Amino acid sequence: MNRLRRTMLYIPGNNAGMLKDADIYPADCVMFDLEDSVAVTEKDAARLLVREALSALRYGEKEFFVRINSLESGLGLMDLEAMVPTGRVGIRLPKTESAGEVLACEREILRLEKAGGLPPGSTPMMAAVESARGVLHAEEIAHASKRLVGIALGAEDYVTDLKTTRSPSGIELLFGRSMVLLAARSAGIDAIDTVYSDVNDEEGFREEVRLIRQLGFSGKSIINPRQIAVVHEVFTPGMKEVEDALEIIEAIREAEERGTGVLSLHGKMVDRPIVERARWVVGLAVAAGTLQRKEESQYG
Amino acid sequence: MDSLLSRIPYTDELTIAPRRFHPDRVVKNTRTLREREQRHNKIVGSLKEAAELCGLESGMTISFHHHFRDGDSVVCQVLDTLADMGLRDLVLAASSLTDCHAPLLRHIQSGVIRRIETSGLRGRLADAVSAGEMEVPVTFRSHGGRAGAIETGQLPIDVAFLGAPACDPYGNANGYSRDGENSILCGSMGYAKCDAQYARRTVVITNNVVHYPNTPFGIPESDVDYIVRVEDIGDPAGIMSGATRYTQNPKELLIAELACKVIVASGCFQDGFSFQMGSGGASLAVARFLREQMLAKDIRASFALGGITGSIVALHEEGLVKKLLDVQSFDLKAARSLRDNRFHQQISASYYASPRGEGTAVNQLDTVVLSALEVDCDFNVNVLTGADGVIRGAVGGHPDTAFGASVSIVVVPLTRGRIPCVVRRVGTVVTPGGTVDVIVTDRGIAVNPRREDLRARLRSAGLPVLEIAELERMARRMVGDPEPIRYTDKVVGVVTYRDGSVIDLIHQVEEV
Repeated sequence: MNRLRRTMLYIPGNNAGMLKDADIYPADCVMFDLEDSVAVTEKDAARLLVREALSALRYGEKEFFVRINSLESGLGLMDLEAMVPTGRVGIRLPKTESAGEVLACEREILRLEKAGGLPPGSTPMMAAVESARGVLHAEEIAHASKRLVGIALGAEDYVTDLKTTRSPSGIELLFGRSMVLLAARSAGIDAIDTVYSDVNDEEGFREEVRLIRQLGFSGKSIINPRQIAVVHEVFTPGMKEVEDALEIIEAIREAEERGTGVLSLHGKMVDRPIVERARWVVGLAVAAGTLQRKEESQYG
Repeated sequence: MDSLLSRIPYTDELTIAPRRFHPDRVVKNTRTLREREQRHNKIVGSLKEAAELCGLESGMTISFHHHFRDGDSVVCQVLDTLADMGLRDLVLAASSLTDCHAPLLRHIQSGVIRRIETSGLRGRLADAVSAGEMEVPVTFRSHGGRAGAIETGQLPIDVAFLGAPACDPYGNANGYSRDGENSILCGSMGYAKCDAQYARRTVVITNNVVHYPNTPFGIPESDVDYIVRVEDIGDPAGIMSGATRYTQNPKELLIAELACKVIVASGCFQDGFSFQMGSGGASLAVARFLREQMLAKDIRASFALGGITGSIVALHEEGLVKKLLDVQSFDLKAARSLRDNRFHQQISASYYASPRGEGTAVNQLDTVVLSALEVDCDFNVNVLTGADGVIRGAVGGHPDTAFGASVSIVVVPLTRGRIPCVVRRVGTVVTPGGTVDVIVTDRGIAVNPRREDLRARLRSAGLPVLEIAELERMARRMVGDPEPIRYTDKVVGVVTYRDGSVIDLIHQVEEV
């Protein structure tokens, strides 16, 4: 199973205290932000702080990304020059509107990898689409580079572009979310949903997480460690779901031993997509720690 | 010999007064209750009059409680009065002092106050003490240690001046009144109980004289000599907040959740267990995670002890904690619960934590969760002096509960900003490492080597158990080695352990 990206925790790059503690929370990924959460006057400080944190602190095995400023802003290149040589982070490109932007960024990354003696292609990328144009081009963006491990929707700019606002039901995001999700899945990469800004509205947050999981998203960007538990809970299969999945995997193994790829379990046909889904459920449960790897290898 | 008395055989063995009843000696008071309240009561005209009636002289020891916390105006009022009376060299023995007592500096400088005994010092007063502005060192005692010292006579009190939100004309005083809503509530008066009981004279200071009988009472009239009615005993907002909220700080929540897992895995988490949560952000938040575990595993606590907060009251109201033993109510919700709820019991500092062990609730604790400024590789805890060496905290019930609880847990972030909180040697030892079982940080847990049983349990529960030295190294790697604090040779504070022995000294800091 690929790396879990259920939660992608934003940390403003200019907040030294939060940088120091970036790895203590159980978020699947951490994303240091050099872009919108950092004031223009703080850009240099943030870039230096994140670079120093990456080299000085022993962050564990966690996956780290840095959201850089756009290349057009003139800051993006400086961000790349500071981040890529650390060999420790993926690059998240903001406000992406075309495959060309991904490729332009990729060229710079490759140049810096070579200069820094890093294996070419070792720096993963993510792209965020945050406008009508970006959403409409989501497919070409998702397919633009082998480095891309996921694409994300940035809703605040997107709804502004649509000339609407965010609502509790999220109806205004339905097309954008679906588009980003389909683009990601067609490219075989992760789809990451936008942030939910009201940290104190746990119920509203939970509703939204349920929605995006049902849509098919891989995970969600979050702005506070307090949001981690809810996402992981919603994205973690329940005991019943896991037991059913294990049963399917066991049944198909027996069926294969008998030389057939199809079987009937409790009166329902079980075929390849169902088995694949069962394996995915078991993988999630193992990654979430609710199922021991032993059981997985026993059944998986 | 009287003929009546002479007829009694074995007079010397019978415990009777050897005199005949005389009807004239019995003078009945036929006044009504209300008349008596008006004319025959313990209310005197002023603080000055009370002090004079008590025979207060220079050099004597006066005591105060800290149930009014940051809103207190009793201590400063009394000291202003005594200064005006020309008294000097007083020993100020308060259960604790806060920044609202900064005006006392004037009386220290003028010689009215010679010496201070307290659990804690904060703010400008603490800065002044750390800067060496007092000639005689401050004595720091834990809540239990202070009660023990008062009971054994190590700390004799001449006059106790005890502020009370409600008192009847005979001295039955309490931190609330069941007779209508008064503006000020402080809840339990646990720390004041010992003072009233053992002081040579006790003066209750109140803004609210209520009708007899002010039941239930925290302080009985038999312990009270005089009552002074004043306009102002304190600022309600400083005395109590509405309800202590759980922290929203994600790091504190992370630590709290881990501490809860420690409790659950410790072996003491079983039906009928007992606990205390310290008042710090992370320690208080443990209650919230513990609640979920109690509900999930159908476990109920027999009692919660200590400084009681609204969140502990909520657990009680939910049926998860049977009884509350309350030496100090931290918020309005706790104070109201104490007033209205028969399973919420006010206890004295002595019953809470006295080291004499003749009835001490901390000794019945299964677990306690405590905060710390810093801890060291020997598990010693400092809750008194900051990273700059300056006094900025309170001993409180820390050493008492750490000693009493079967599993004492200290929650502390590995670093605070650039300050390491797990260090090789704490600046001031307040709670000895031998009584601290588990240290929970945001980057792992350390178990006292003395508790191999506990370490094994936590390990097998899959909790991140590390060596304490490893945590110390992690902290140092992150924030580096702090510059050593520069002290002078002058001793400004003596930290006593709960049995009265000296556990550490606090020195003057060169630059405060």
